Amino acid sequence: MILNYKRAVQDILDHRFLNAVTIITIAISILIVSAFALFFVNANEIINSWKKGIKIMAYLKTEPPEIKIPELKRKIQRIEGIQEVRFISKNEAFQELKKQMRRQSSLFENLKENPLPDAFEIRLKASFQNQKKVETLATRLESLPQVDEVEYGQRWLGKFTSFFNLFRLTGYAMGGLFFMAALLIVANTIRLVLYSRRDEVEIMRLVGATDSFIKAPFYIEGLIQGAFGGIIGLAALFVGFLLISLSMEQGISPGLFAIRFLSPGAFCGIILGSTFAGWIGCYLSLKQFLE
Amino acid sequence: MFHVHKNYGAKKALANITLDIPKNELLFISGPSGAGKTTLLKLLYLGEKVSEGQVLIEGINLSRISHKRIPFLRRKFGIIFQDYKLIASKTVFDNVAIVLEAIGKKRRFIEKKVKSILRTVGMEESLNSLPPSLSGGEQQRIAVARAVVGDPKIILADEPTGNLDEVSADIILELLKRFHTRGATVIIATHDKELIRKTGGRVIHLNQGYLQKITNT
Repeated sequence: MILNYKRAVQDILDHRFLNAVTIITIAISILIVSAFALFFVNANEIINSWKKGIKIMAYLKTEPPEIKIPELKRKIQRIEGIQEVRFISKNEAFQELKKQMRRQSSLFENLKENPLPDAFEIRLKASFQNQKKVETLATRLESLPQVDEVEYGQRWLGKFTSFFNLFRLTGYAMGGLFFMAALLIVANTIRLVLYSRRDEVEIMRLVGATDSFIKAPFYIEGLIQGAFGGIIGLAALFVGFLLISLSMEQGISPGLFAIRFLSPGAFCGIILGSTFAGWIGCYLSLKQFLE
Repeated sequence: MFHVHKNYGAKKALANITLDIPKNELLFISGPSGAGKTTLLKLLYLGEKVSEGQVLIEGINLSRISHKRIPFLRRKFGIIFQDYKLIASKTVFDNVAIVLEAIGKKRRFIEKKVKSILRTVGMEESLNSLPPSLSGGEQQRIAVARAVVGDPKIILADEPTGNLDEVSADIILELLKRFHTRGATVIIATHDKELIRKTGGRVIHLNQGYLQKITNT
């Protein structure tokens, strides 16, 4: 085994340029695939956090019929799927708006009366936080005679989720393509190395070397190429991640998103995947060459 | 060999060869270019498969040998080529050691054995040289060392002196005779009649794939 490792390392040193090109190409493929993975992980987390915070705002009519707030609150609370109901009076809402738009306070000076309606802020149970159920609840709330309008973020969130899912599919397809590319590149490099050493392979066969003795260093070479390509690709991704997270902290959205790097499991998975790509690429070209 | 035929497409390389080679014989296969000498040697180490007939080595029918067993069959042979077939990028030591590495011998044993065999062929000084830096005669001596380092039972030499001057050719011939006296069966394919005359032994004469005659010199 040690002999095979030595032979593999010697081969890599003898064909430095070819091996460097292969490792760099694998690294670039891994960088692209894992950049997609990193984006999905973070985007998924953001969407989930948004989903968890879904609330429905039910704005009440300003005109008669006379509204009895406590009674209406009890009525809403009895609807299935509702966790918490909070009444926000029009005055409370106006004060909150003024607080949020402190810099544009001149806008409010000319207002003769408060234009905002009374409203209920309704939070949902976790099991009801999906688009269909939210829509059903909203329809039910809208049917209440005292309710003027119902608003919830799920409308655009649903559209965004669909778009995100489509994007995710594209990501999977691209990941697959880059994996295939890495695999074919390794296969091609090993084939070039094999061609450059075909006399040596022939001599080894003539002196009684078994196929496994001939193949072993090539397999080790493929594994080394795959592993190094994976590590370099992820290292480049980490540098990119640090730069982006630094610019986000200093930029326009401080504290809005806390992006995180890939988990140790995903990290190991990607390196294992690229190592496997190295091995399988080697397997393909050896199979063809030695036959 | 029993009624062996070898065809390359429509071309007949060997036709109806029947031959018995006893252990420890020094045998020459003679004939002009294209007579089938190299093909006959290839059939012995399974460099090629027979088209028809049977080749048996120590009772093993080569037509029935599995692909996995071929390397083990080849370990019975030491093969010497006219063009030496040395690996240009490896040192003399590594070129010879590869035979023992391939059969899984330990490093210490390999070092001892390779140095000893290089001493026998008079090339111990060139241990770390690369083959292209050596003369043709020296390269062929390395090829002989590689052929015998694994203590093969049969040595096959395909025009071993074809590219060499007379002095180098004599050295190679002496080496082959020495390994023959140590117990190996030596089969030399050559068109060099002077080489056969100097050495003596049974001679198989081939012509256009046919066995013409067998003589003793």
